[in-house]
Amino acid sequence: MSSSLLAQQLIQAVEAADSPAKLLKAVQELASARLEEGLPTLIAALGYNNPGAAVAAVDGLIQMGDLAVQPLLDLLDGYNYSARAWAIRALAGIGHPRALDTLLEAAKNDFALSVRRAAARGLGNLRWHELPVERVPLAQFQVMDALFVVAQDPEWVVRYAAVVALQGLARAMILTQPDSISQILIQLQWVADSDGDLTVRTRAQFAQQALNKTEQENSEPLPLRETRCS
Amino acid sequence: MPHQNFPNRTLVVVLTVDLRLMRESHSDAIESSRLAEESGSGEALTVGQAIANLQGSDLGLRVYAAWWLGRFRVNEPAAVDALIAALDDEADRTEAGGYPLRRNAARALGKLGDRRAVPALIGSLNCSDYYVREAAAQSLALLGDAECIPALTNLLAKGLQEGQLVPHQPDLSQPYDALLEALGTLQATTSIPVIRPFLEHPTDRVQYAAARALYQLTQESIYGERLVQALSGSTLQLRRAALADLGAIGYLPAADAIARTHAENSLKLISLKGLLEHEIKQTSSDPLSQDAIRVMSLMDSLL
Repeated sequence: MSSSLLAQQLIQAVEAADSPAKLLKAVQELASARLEEGLPTLIAALGYNNPGAAVAAVDGLIQMGDLAVQPLLDLLDGYNYSARAWAIRALAGIGHPRALDTLLEAAKNDFALSVRRAAARGLGNLRWHELPVERVPLAQFQVMDALFVVAQDPEWVVRYAAVVALQGLARAMILTQPDSISQILIQLQWVADSDGDLTVRTRAQFAQQALNKTEQENSEPLPLRETRCS
Repeated sequence: MPHQNFPNRTLVVVLTVDLRLMRESHSDAIESSRLAEESGSGEALTVGQAIANLQGSDLGLRVYAAWWLGRFRVNEPAAVDALIAALDDEADRTEAGGYPLRRNAARALGKLGDRRAVPALIGSLNCSDYYVREAAAQSLALLGDAECIPALTNLLAKGLQEGQLVPHQPDLSQPYDALLEALGTLQATTSIPVIRPFLEHPTDRVQYAAARALYQLTQESIYGERLVQALSGSTLQLRRAALADLGAIGYLPAADAIARTHAENSLKLISLKGLLEHEIKQTSSDPLSQDAIRVMSLMDSLL
């Protein structure tokens, strides 16, 4: 069977589904086929008010990666709030910096904690090499600033996600601007000392440990590079 | 804390209420993080008004005041006294004979943490309204005073006849799940023989509550595993209940199964949070144990 014939069949199965269970199964099958033709149908499934199908569609969209980014960004203008929230989750999972502004805004200001949580996590997962190299430093500082704000969210799980994202951002910044890591480590220390939630404090402590270890490993070859430069 | 907008706050209240239907202790975990800010912020009632309303004649205002005093944890002697008095209210009755004000007062007293309420709540275990008995059992668990163990055990024993479940099943005449949970929380090891038969109760929720209590009382993994099995229960509601129970007992071997459960990530995260905090309190946080790190990795994957 050609891939476009298969795609048509899978898409029709989604459109013809007349029960939540059938819809879930059809979306799961379309998502796992990873066909470009299926993209609009997967995006439409975010708005069907069927959480199981939406989760499957988000997984499928994340697998499709960059192809899905622009259609998802277009969807964000729509009126369906629930579909918007799922789209932000998909963008967070894909990690393309084209979604940077959307994720910054959602992490700080969305009213649903699950969206703030996912957006914060996405800010720590961005694939920085997709951005022109001269734009990276400023964008990373924007993300850092935003995550410092998100680290004071009223919900523990959003603060937890901000800590995980700060760890991811620090790992990326070790390569691009290692001098700035100390600011992240100071913020993590502050969370580890003063957050009101034991789980969040513990995650910050773990992030510090992991980063200190990475920094030590990274700092060892440094003298070699300096020799080469001079 | 930075500026917070109102929609955000409303959502939390909705979520909290929703979760309370499922499990009181978890809603509290979520709720407590918000209270400090909320209680100080221009809510319509003042403490004095709420206490006055509770003792007034407008039934609607009385019921709301009882809820409000618990919601904002107004732990003042005058509030506790007024709520204790409300446990004997006869004015507010539903057509079916229920006591809405007593229900709210019983729930609120659990949140205020004043053990002066224990004798009155023990008395409420004899109320003719099922929901008052249930609220009283839940609040007695929260207050943590072992004095109520005999009364809770006696009420639980109404479901038994000669050490077996009563023959006419399903018997849901008592709030068995709340009673079982309370006895587990209160470390009522002497009640184990009364608790054990409820593992066979036809209602899944009651079985889970029995397994949860028996794990807390014995630390035997067979009871934890029973709840792990429940994670693949047939309905979302049952799976949610099992997630809440496993989080409450901090059963570490359940971590991977929790992460794989077909349920909302937000509830899986709360459940794993319970495991992590139990582990940290058992061991130490410096250095972090391998198990603690493993639970956090699972949590990271669910964000």
